[in-house]
Amino acid sequence: MKYLSIPVLVVLAILSISIGVAHVSLASLWAGDPEAWTIFTTSRIPRLLAICLAGAGLSVAGLIMQQICQNRFAAPDTTGTIDCALLGYVLTLVMFGGASQWLDLSVIVGMAMAGTWLFVHFLQRLKFKNTVLVPLIGIMYGNVVSSLTQFLAYKYDLIQTLQAWTVANFSSVLAGNYEVLFVAIPVCGIAYAYASQFSAASIGESFAKNIGLDYQKVVLFGVMVVALLSSAVVMIVGVIPFLGLIVPNVVSLFMGDNIKRNLPWTAFWGVVLVLSCDILGRVIIFPYEVPIAMIISILGGAVFIYLVMRDKANA
Amino acid sequence: MRDGIKLSLVAMGVVLVAGYFLGHGLTADNYAYFLSRRTPKVLAITLAAVAISASSLVFQTITNNRILTPSILGFDSLYVLLQTVLLVVFGSSSVLLINAYANFTASVVLMTISATVLFTLYFRRHRANIYTLLLIGIVLGSVFGSISQFFTLLVDPSEFAILQDAMFASFNNANRELVYVSVPVLAACLLVLYRLSNQLDVCLLGEDNATSLGIDTRRLTLKVMMVIAVMIALSTALVGPVLFFGLIVVSLARQMFVSYQHRFLIVATSVLAAFLLLSGQYVVEQWFGFETTVSVIINFVGGAYFLYLLTKNKF
Repeated sequence: MKYLSIPVLVVLAILSISIGVAHVSLASLWAGDPEAWTIFTTSRIPRLLAICLAGAGLSVAGLIMQQICQNRFAAPDTTGTIDCALLGYVLTLVMFGGASQWLDLSVIVGMAMAGTWLFVHFLQRLKFKNTVLVPLIGIMYGNVVSSLTQFLAYKYDLIQTLQAWTVANFSSVLAGNYEVLFVAIPVCGIAYAYASQFSAASIGESFAKNIGLDYQKVVLFGVMVVALLSSAVVMIVGVIPFLGLIVPNVVSLFMGDNIKRNLPWTAFWGVVLVLSCDILGRVIIFPYEVPIAMIISILGGAVFIYLVMRDKANA
Repeated sequence: MRDGIKLSLVAMGVVLVAGYFLGHGLTADNYAYFLSRRTPKVLAITLAAVAISASSLVFQTITNNRILTPSILGFDSLYVLLQTVLLVVFGSSSVLLINAYANFTASVVLMTISATVLFTLYFRRHRANIYTLLLIGIVLGSVFGSISQFFTLLVDPSEFAILQDAMFASFNNANRELVYVSVPVLAACLLVLYRLSNQLDVCLLGEDNATSLGIDTRRLTLKVMMVIAVMIALSTALVGPVLFFGLIVVSLARQMFVSYQHRFLIVATSVLAAFLLLSGQYVVEQWFGFETTVSVIINFVGGAYFLYLLTKNKF
């Protein structure tokens, strides 16, 4: 498995780079064709990097969220994080009209953090914790938040902007408009460094306190990590449904629950999944493209239902 | 206050709001045009309200649960998906899409078949956990939505225009062609439910008790499911998917009226639903000046209410 991973990634990356309407072959790059190089550096490479960063970022965000909520079905899209980020996005459009990317990002992160924190706090007070009740409440919470978003969007005539942009699609990624995504690298690094604290928190508040951990601080920290990762992805790419949910679950299905060991693998499989779905979306109706959000949501929905059904406690 | 008095008060409310919709700004010169535009709209809203509320009410009875409605389990999105499939399989020039009557007949037949399949899938396992069921229903609903979206990418934009009515139908441009044909269909559905209402009353005692009192619950469930499928097809065709409306109305009706008899409750929820939808439309038109849609408000209020029900475990 370990030895196969690098070749798999390389093959997928080469496929991703060479597929496209404009013809760019490795041979023409080798020959130094300037046109091929321009396409390569302004479109193909940024797209590949964006895919990797988004796939890894969202999967890691899902893993951390599952640790904080102590629930396997918690992920940015089942805890309202994504919907709050969307609300933040519409707010930035209404207030600043997209003035600067970093200002936008901070508003979106702020909303996502506040929303997620509210949800986590609410979960901690909830006495009755059925495993599937948590995502159910989260999805409903997200629904309520997104109806606020729609209200605003309708009022300011942004429905179309919102619709075009929430459906995740990597085709609009070009050099110069995706760099915010690099935030994912340091944040994932920090998440890795604090992995053991998150896994201690996942056992429960009293246990964490017993071993001298400031539980609330760890949870707040986790919420920040999750909000940052998912906001960056939502802002640049759009909503990729179910990704943060299925990747960590499938990884822990095969590798157990050691988060420190799982985290890099979660990131890796997130990248592989997004890359393959993106490639599939690009070839299925070539020369047109199917947005990746649709492919992942059909696939991810099926996997999610399978995961819920096989959970014996719910049968 | 007695139930009958309450019901007549609500019914008076319906007459008032409907009268306002039809009557305001009417003069001797413009009445022909105004009425020809407004009557179908008011009628469509009323019919949809009746279909949604009656189907939700009996659905809750046969599933023995006060939080499920057909739309929350994804039956609305199933209808939209079926429309898309019809378009993809038969093409836009097919009679099945151009002729409103043929289309409606085809969708009702398909709806009945697939609703029965979905229903047996949901309830195959005896006493499945209610949260699991809800979660699966919600996720399936969003998967259906993604598949329809996926298909719409594959078809021609001009063909897609035909579909748009089914997917984004709203209260402002209710499907006029269908309004008059829906009246007898809905009346037939209500008649069937009315005849079954005594058996449904007994079902409130629980499946086991109902069986020992001599009711063939399987047959009854199947009959009722078919009626529900027709009603969902009807309401979705008329005004589009409204996720939480059935839940709010049935729950409100159960709180307002003392009676448990279906014979009475079917009428009561229908009248209440018509009142709520019509006055909701009034609020949107007058207070918000068309700046939002009724479904946004319903999603916000209904979603918040649903969350409350979930967390209080009150059902």
